[in-house]
Amino acid sequence: MEKELKILKYNDLPKLIERFRTQGYPVLAPVRKNKVVEIETVESLDAVALDALLSTQSAKKAAFPKVEKVIDYTLGKNAVQQVPVNPETHPETILFGVRPCDASGFKSLDAIFGDTPRDEFYLKKKEKTTIVSFSCPVADSYCFCTSVGGGPGNTAGSDIQFTAISKEELLVEILTEKGAKLASHFTDLLSDTKGDIDKNKFLAEVKVVFDMNAVVGKTTASFNNTALWLEQSLRCIGCGACAFVCPTCACFDFQDEQNTKKGVRLRLWDSCGFSLFTLHTSGHNPREVQSQRWRQRIMHKFAYMPEQLHVVGCEGCGRCSRACPVDMNIKEHLTSIGEIVTV
Amino acid sequence: MSELINKVTQLLNDKTIDVFIGYEKGSADRIRAAFARTAEQAAKLVYTASCTQNLAGYLMKHEVKKLGKPGLLANVAALRSIMQLASEFQVKDGEVYVLFANADGSFTEFTSFASIEAYLGTTDVGIKSDEQEMIARLEAMSVQERWLFWNKEFDKCIKCYACRAACPMCYCHRCTTDVNQPQWIPVASHERGNLDYHLMRAMHLAGRCVNCGECANACPMDIPLNLLTYQLIDPIKNTFGATAGMKADAVYALSTYKPDDKENFII
Repeated sequence: MEKELKILKYNDLPKLIERFRTQGYPVLAPVRKNKVVEIETVESLDAVALDALLSTQSAKKAAFPKVEKVIDYTLGKNAVQQVPVNPETHPETILFGVRPCDASGFKSLDAIFGDTPRDEFYLKKKEKTTIVSFSCPVADSYCFCTSVGGGPGNTAGSDIQFTAISKEELLVEILTEKGAKLASHFTDLLSDTKGDIDKNKFLAEVKVVFDMNAVVGKTTASFNNTALWLEQSLRCIGCGACAFVCPTCACFDFQDEQNTKKGVRLRLWDSCGFSLFTLHTSGHNPREVQSQRWRQRIMHKFAYMPEQLHVVGCEGCGRCSRACPVDMNIKEHLTSIGEIVTV
Repeated sequence: MSELINKVTQLLNDKTIDVFIGYEKGSADRIRAAFARTAEQAAKLVYTASCTQNLAGYLMKHEVKKLGKPGLLANVAALRSIMQLASEFQVKDGEVYVLFANADGSFTEFTSFASIEAYLGTTDVGIKSDEQEMIARLEAMSVQERWLFWNKEFDKCIKCYACRAACPMCYCHRCTTDVNQPQWIPVASHERGNLDYHLMRAMHLAGRCVNCGECANACPMDIPLNLLTYQLIDPIKNTFGATAGMKADAVYALSTYKPDDKENFII
C-alpha cells in the first residue's frame, strides 16, 4: 500500500496502549531496568522507555524467543507420541517503541527462517506481530546503520513509524496493511499533516563510515586471511553476548527435557562464538580456535547472507559492540576490512 | 606511559617475552586488552585508572598461548589469578613475566611466584567497600528475600556465558553446562536453567574466586554475579582457613581428602 502520513498529539500516546490493551493485544515495548533496557510486556505507556537510545537486547524475541517449546512428547511402550506446538495459537502482538534497526532486523530473520525449509514457529509469530517503531532522534558512536543501508528514519520492516516533530506532535507514517489495521483503532486521534514535513530534520545524524559493497566483497575474499581474523579476535573471549543481543543472529539449538514418561523439545538461542557450536561427536572441531569462530560471525553476515539470501545480516545497531565485555567493536572491524588494499 | 612502553619494548627486543598482554585505547572511551608482539604494537600500550580488566584469563586462551612466552600487566586480581592458576597446575613458575602496576603509576617486576606471594602477603586483597555493603545487605535478608532477589536477577540472564568466559578461573575445556547427555544443568535459559547454572558456577568457584569482578563486568544484562561468589569467600576462609590466590602451592580444601578429616558434619 502507499504510505499514509498523519499527525498524532503526544498527549494522546497513552491512549494508544490503553486501546491496544482493551482490544486484548499484548504489547511488547522497551522497559528500563537499572542499567539495561529490556523488551517486555507493558500495560501502559508509563512503563515504556521511549527515551532509551536502544534496548539492550534486540526485539527479535517477539518472534524468536530465547527459549521456545516446539514439541510435547510422551514416551509410550513402542512409540513416542508427539504433539507439536501449533504456531497459530500465538496471539496478535504489538511491538511498540522499538527502533528502525529492530524493525528492519526482522527482514534478515524473515530471509533466514523463510528460506526452505520454512520455519513456521518464527514465521507465524512474525506474521502476527505488528511493529510500531520510533525513529531515532539521537545516536551514539556505536551506531552505524547508515553504513549498512539503514538509517535513523528507515521505515523498512515497520508497520507504523512515529517521529517526534515537536514537543507536542508526532508524525505518523502508516506503512503497511497491518499498520493500517492497527491505526484503525486510533483514527479519531489522528489529524492530517499540514504542508510538507521534512522528517530528516528530526533525525539523528549517523555518518556513513564504510562502503558496504567494498566490505562485502573484501570479506568474501578474506576467508583465508588467517592473520586478519586472528588480529581482530585475540581479545575475544568466546562468549555469546554479541549473538544474543543481535537483531539478526538466528542460530539455534534443540534440547529435550524429560522425566521418565514425558518431555518437551525446546528451541534455544545458540552462537557461533561458542566452541561447542561446531564440536563434533568425534571430538574434532572444524572451528577449533576463536579466530575461526570470529571469522564465521563476520563471514555469515557479510559474505554468506548477501550471497545466499540477498541481504546483509547486520543492521548497524551496534548492540554487539556495546554488550561486548572486551570491546570487540564491529564498526571498527568492518571499517578495517573495508580498508584492506589487496586481498 | 613511556616507562611502560620502554620496558615492554626492551623485553620484546631481548626476547625475555614473545608477547606482552597489556591495555590499549579502545572504542569510545573504553580501554581494552592488547597483545604487543612488536615495538610498534608496544608503542600503543596505555596504563590509566580505567585499566581494570583482569588480564590473567588470557593466559589460558589457546591462541594467546601459541604466541609464545607471555608478559602480563597485572593488577592485584591478576596476581591472585596467577597464584590460583599455579595452585591448580595451570601455570608454572617462570612461565609468565609479570609487570605489576603500582598505585603510584610505577611498575614492579615479578619474576618468580615467590616474589608475588611475598607481595600479596602484605597487600589488602579484600573486596571493595561498596561490594561489602551489598554483601551485608544480602546477608541481612531472610532466606525468602534473598531467594526472590536472585530469582529476579537471574530472570534477566540470557545464558550468553559472558560471566564464564570472562572468569580467569573458568578455564575448563568442557564445562558441565556444555554436557547435554545427560543434562546435569538444564541447557535452556529458563527459570530453572538460569538458577542451576549460576548456583553451579558459584559452587565451583567457592574458595577459588579471586574477587576480580570480571563476571559482573562482563554481564550484558547487568546481573551482579560477583556477589554470588564473594559471599562465599568468608565462609570458606572461616571454615578452611584459606583465601584463594595467595599461594602458588596452596592445597585447596574442597578438592582434597585426608583420612583424618573431621566427619562431624555428616548426619
